[in-house]
Amino acid sequence: MSLGTFLIMRHELLLIAAALIVLIAEIFWNPDKKSSISLFSIILFGVITIIGFLPSPAGPLFGGMYVSSGTRLLMKNILNIGALIVFIQSVTWLKKEENSEKISEYFLLLISTLVGMNFMISAGHFLIFYIGIELAIIPIAALAAYDRYKNKSAEAGIKLILTSALSSGVMLYGLSMIYGTTGTMYFSEVASLFGNTSLQILGFIFFFAGMAFKISIVPFHLWTADVYEGSPVNITSYLSVISKGAAIFILMIILFKVFPIIMGTWQKTIFVTSVLTMTIGNLFAIRQQNLKRFLAFSSISQAGYILLGLIGGNQLGMASVMYYILVYIFSNLGAFGVVTAISNATGKENIDDYNGLYQTNPKLSLIMTLALFSLAGIPPVAGFFGKFFLFTAAAQQGFYLLVLIAVLNTIVSLFYYLLVVKAMFISKNENPIGSFRSDFSARFAFGICVAGIVVTGFASVIFEAIKNLSFGV
Amino acid sequence: MDILSLFVVIPVLTITAILLLKDTRQVRLVSAFGMGLQLLMAAVLVYLYLSARHAGNIDEMLFVKDYLWFKSLNIHYAVGVDGISVAMISLTSLVVFAGIFASWEVEILKKEFFISLILLATGVFGFFISIDLFTMFLFYELAVIPMYLLIGIWGSGPKEYSAMKLTLMLMGGSALLLVGLLGIYFNSSPDKNQLTFNILEISKVVIPLPAQRMFFPLTFMGFGVLGALFPFHTWSPDGHASAPTAVSMLHAGVLMKLGGYGAFRVAIFLMPEAAHELSWIFIILTSISVIYGAFGAIAQKDLKYINAYSSVSHCGLVLFAVLMMNQTAMTGAIIQMISHGLMTALFFGLIGMIYGRTHTRMISEMGGLMKVIPFLSVCYVIAGLASLGLPGLSGFVAEMTIFVGAFQHPELFYRIVTIIVVSSIVITAVYILRVIAILLLGPTTNEHFEHLPDAKWFEKISVITLIGSVAAIGLAPFWLSTMIGTSMHPIIERILALNPF
Repeated sequence: MSLGTFLIMRHELLLIAAALIVLIAEIFWNPDKKSSISLFSIILFGVITIIGFLPSPAGPLFGGMYVSSGTRLLMKNILNIGALIVFIQSVTWLKKEENSEKISEYFLLLISTLVGMNFMISAGHFLIFYIGIELAIIPIAALAAYDRYKNKSAEAGIKLILTSALSSGVMLYGLSMIYGTTGTMYFSEVASLFGNTSLQILGFIFFFAGMAFKISIVPFHLWTADVYEGSPVNITSYLSVISKGAAIFILMIILFKVFPIIMGTWQKTIFVTSVLTMTIGNLFAIRQQNLKRFLAFSSISQAGYILLGLIGGNQLGMASVMYYILVYIFSNLGAFGVVTAISNATGKENIDDYNGLYQTNPKLSLIMTLALFSLAGIPPVAGFFGKFFLFTAAAQQGFYLLVLIAVLNTIVSLFYYLLVVKAMFISKNENPIGSFRSDFSARFAFGICVAGIVVTGFASVIFEAIKNLSFGV
Repeated sequence: MDILSLFVVIPVLTITAILLLKDTRQVRLVSAFGMGLQLLMAAVLVYLYLSARHAGNIDEMLFVKDYLWFKSLNIHYAVGVDGISVAMISLTSLVVFAGIFASWEVEILKKEFFISLILLATGVFGFFISIDLFTMFLFYELAVIPMYLLIGIWGSGPKEYSAMKLTLMLMGGSALLLVGLLGIYFNSSPDKNQLTFNILEISKVVIPLPAQRMFFPLTFMGFGVLGALFPFHTWSPDGHASAPTAVSMLHAGVLMKLGGYGAFRVAIFLMPEAAHELSWIFIILTSISVIYGAFGAIAQKDLKYINAYSSVSHCGLVLFAVLMMNQTAMTGAIIQMISHGLMTALFFGLIGMIYGRTHTRMISEMGGLMKVIPFLSVCYVIAGLASLGLPGLSGFVAEMTIFVGAFQHPELFYRIVTIIVVSSIVITAVYILRVIAILLLGPTTNEHFEHLPDAKWFEKISVITLIGSVAAIGLAPFWLSTMIGTSMHPIIERILALNPF
């Protein structure tokens, strides 16, 4: 093990170190100032995020079980940015009386999920991939049940752990078939030995179904709304953005690198699941009253759009997926940030409660509008560019029908996003949510999100940088 | 900074300035100043354009500026104008200017109102100066979305329903359009090497016919939704009726023209073969728009609904003329866009002013307004006469050119349809004269109406600006049709070269 080896695994090692430091620091922390642990953890994590952007060597480790490359580093960095915003957004919530005893656990668990995601993204072998994916999901189940005195939160935890165990089982079954027919678990070897037999296709389908659970692609989405509603808002936003993003990244890498031979098969699979995901996610979102459930279904439909970037198996597709996830991080976390702020201040989470919000809290309403417009893909905010590139990527491979279905779906999604805008700007309310001022951390997170939503689109350098690091089948 | 980009920069600066203001009186002054500057810029642009043409510049587009934006997809921020876009820009700046004065006395959320209104205008200006399909599409959507808030917050009647319907239908149109544009983009280069969104470059290649057959209908319908193409026109009556005055003016006056302009500049110019082949379908649909819109207007009782249906009819005529694909008819289509833009803005402005006084828009509840508010009434008559195509006003020039051009089409089917469509003139006369008779003439039916104040100074500015322009086009149409005609020439040449019919 030379220094270079450590540098290649920089992301994972630093995160593990951070998790341990936070855990140990809590023991020695002044019990009266427990809440300042969050500040300490955030600064620590912020430093790691910045270090992540420094240039680093790339290459395989452990005989190819672990692979690092520019693309994968970029994916990790995107996730780090998102996680950082979630951390900053959760400060207010962690300050609450009932949470003060378990602040360091919060950071420890979230950072360890991030370690899992990073290993997953860097996997060159299905075993590492599997370990990563389990590490990425199990601590989240604990966090979903963070408000353990609430029935719904406990329910969310147990639902998440059960469905994820089931999906892992399904996926392992598929992997066992792949192993049985190829005799190896290394990505590169599976890719070269993979044929087109029905058993292998079946193995792939099981694998895809397992991944579909994690990304909550229809018809494997049923756990999503309940878990999102029951979990604390910050965990929900983490699940809907970071977990989903990581799972999509690794699915993309595996599809492109391991299964290029059966591209026709996975294109059909993605076509069907993408149409179902967009349509059903959108139709269910229309009927939601609770904003967390609303955003849950909206995030399901967003996953459907993201699949459009995967379907072509082209370089532009990979670039647009990474770009869209980045945009989606800013937009969705912006929306969740508003929900968090209002939920922390008043405990209200229904769309009706937002009636007349613009009268009392104009800035929050504007941020929410901006975030929702970005999710809907309205120019000039970043979501428009993100969606445009996703659609372009699919159109490049001739999937015009799919693009048409997707753009028509964005109209449906615009309808329910506008319902929220309507509530805030147009609907009258006898006693709207009172005027309040968020604390510094929340405003700082809003600043990052708004800057991201506005700048990511116009600044073409970001897209070009991502494009340069992408590859096709 | 080139002169064209200023048309986007000035509104953005105006919005920024409004954001920084606290006092509502200043808000409208700043808006008026910003849009007045914009009007001045439009005049300067017309002057520069004409003198450049006079000096012998025969480029297809003038003042072209091109900045590379997204390198890997070859997306540019590219601007440029020809006579047609210059005319549309002038129209827009006139209507926006008039719209600011027509909404001088907005009651709630003044600041937000002017910001949304100018944001909408930014989108429209950006659309007309773009020659890159990506930026064009971006500005197009930018122009649509503020409508939701403008109608939803400041509208009247079933405003939430109308706002939602309008936004969703227009965005639905842009959804079709997006697929069409992507189709054009991926066929914009024969060897697939250097794909481009630039209209001028795409016009140099021939998009394969199977692709044209697929993407022409999508593109044309996408723009057609905004141009009130039957059966996608249903957003228009509800939307216009619920919108506040300035928004109706801007929307019917300018935003609907985006549809006609886009159908012409993108759908037909870039895909003439498919346009020629499939035009009969859309000719039938637009004819239905024209006739049905006119009959619809007769049946309405609400002033705004009457005018909204009349807009469907008139904008249908624009698309109808564009599809005839010859020089005269297409020139007529552009003049009709400008004429209708001014005239309908005038109408909606006047309706808003009358409504502000009588608090009703039902024609049956009003009568004899000519005696009470003579200035507004006379203006209303002028607008009406322009709408029914009285010689000396802009409507006559436009419709005459369109019908003459349409009848030049060599095929029998098109000529018969033209004859049917001409009948809309008569129907238009019916609903216009009927409204004038009931609304303005006769005895004053309601005693509350006997002491209504006539137009205030800001209303007069708004109305006179528009009437002046309508009359100017009617009396001296030649400079406008020359300006359009020169630019129309290369487009027609391309169409004719590809379709010797």
